[in-house]
Parts: sequence; C-alpha cells; structure tokens
Amino acid sequence: MTDGSDGDVAALPLDTVRLAIELEIPSDIRYIERVVELVTGQCAQLCYTARHCALNVPVALTEALANAILRGNGENREKHVRVTARLDFTRLVMEVSDEGEGFDIDDCTIDPTTGDNVMREDGRGLFLMRRLMDSVERFSDHGNVVRLTLLRG
Amino acid sequence: MSFSIKKQGEIVVVDVEGQLIVGNRQELKQKVLDELEKGEKRFLIDFSQTGYIDSSGLGVLVSLSKKIREQGGELRLANLNDDLKTLFELTKLDTLFQIADTRERALESF
Repeated sequence: MTDGSDGDVAALPLDTVRLAIELEIPSDIRYIERVVELVTGQCAQLCYTARHCALNVPVALTEALANAILRGNGENREKHVRVTARLDFTRLVMEVSDEGEGFDIDDCTIDPTTGDNVMREDGRGLFLMRRLMDSVERFSDHGNVVRLTLLRG
Repeated sequence: MSFSIKKQGEIVVVDVEGQLIVGNRQELKQKVLDELEKGEKRFLIDFSQTGYIDSSGLGVLVSLSKKIREQGGELRLANLNDDLKTLFELTKLDTLFQIADTRERALESF
C-alpha cells in the first residue's frame, strides 16, 4: 500500500462490513435457484463456511421460497414473493414474505425421520429449515413472513 | 442443471448436474420413469456433479425408489459429497438407500 487511498483491498478487514439484498420475484419456482445464488454469493463474500454456502443456506432458503411460491401464493404469478437477506460477520438473517395467510410452524412440521415418515415423499421442508438454521420464525407483517437466522459461528 | 442418462451394461446411470430441487425434480422423475417403462430395472443415480438437493428432490428419489421396487427393480445412489451425506443423514434417508462412495463400487454392487 503506497498511501491511504488504494492498495490491497482483499486484505481489508470484513468484521464491520454489512451486506443486504432485497428483491421481489413473481410466484414462479424457476426464480428460486437465481435468488439462492445471489444470497450464497454474499455469504461467500463474508467468508461464511463452505458448508453454510453449499448446504445450510441454499437448502433452507430454497425450502422457504418454495413454500412461499407454491403454498403461500398458490403459484399465482400475479402474487409476489419478497426476499431480504441481511448479513454481517456474526449472522445471516433472511426473510421470505408471501401474500398467503400464514401457517403455524409447529403444527406443520413433521419429523420425517420416525417410523413410516421416512418413506414419505413430502414433508421434509420445514424440518430441514429448522435443522439447517439456528432459528426459524413465522410472523405476519403485511403478509406472511418466514425469518431464517444462521449464526456465522 | 440437467440430467444425463446412459446405459452401462444392464444398469441405467443418471448423472445429476447442478441442483436437484423443486424446479427440476419432475424432469428427473419423468426421465427415470420413461426408462422403467421401457423395461429397465437397475438404476444408479450419480451425484458427483450435484450441488444441493432440497426436500422436493429428496421426495422424488423416495418416489422413484418405490416405483422401481414395485417393478422388481432397484435404485442405488453414488458419489454423495459430505454436504449431501449430511442431508441424507439428517433425514435418515441414508437408511433407505444403498449408497456407494464411487460409481464403480455402485456398479459392482448390483
């Protein structure tokens, strides 16, 4: 570094950096992969672990988006899904909002690992979200919101 | 993301390139069911080029496994990376499928 204005940008500390993404997509499952790419890209920028970027974040976010598009909005393209992701060096907070009436997370979560549930073809989405994130909350705020929080650790 | 299918001896080998998620699971299901309808019995799905799998993707694998077994056939899996292994362990699907570390071992196991 020759003066204070330029130099090795890659060496700058990231512990005070905050990133945020906010986007709105039509209720079309083809958008899911792109949204996931955008969010995991931001996680990689802040040096979240390879496992976070390849497993926890993509799977949990895909589940939340699929629920919002298919169940919340009934795949009605006139309805939109709003996604925000805010992250820093300590945590990632993602919120997925749809125009549905909402649901009770505890009532809707089944344990797919017990008994005949292992053979079920559906019912693993909420379970996976809750296992892969540090917290999953649902609340209403101008629509149905699912908030996923992952601690960077 | 795409799926390629080829025959190795008597075994239909499917490579999953990219993600196996809600947006493309039906494509995989249909391709495998088409082969099953043609009379194929032994199927291997290779995940060496796979990114992540969501609950819909897992559901399709369970569905295909059931349908193939109903026809007297078998579905086996190979090349799960550590993240995918964790996904199968979390959901206990590692107890439902025969999973080989390599394609070669999977092919030999039929």
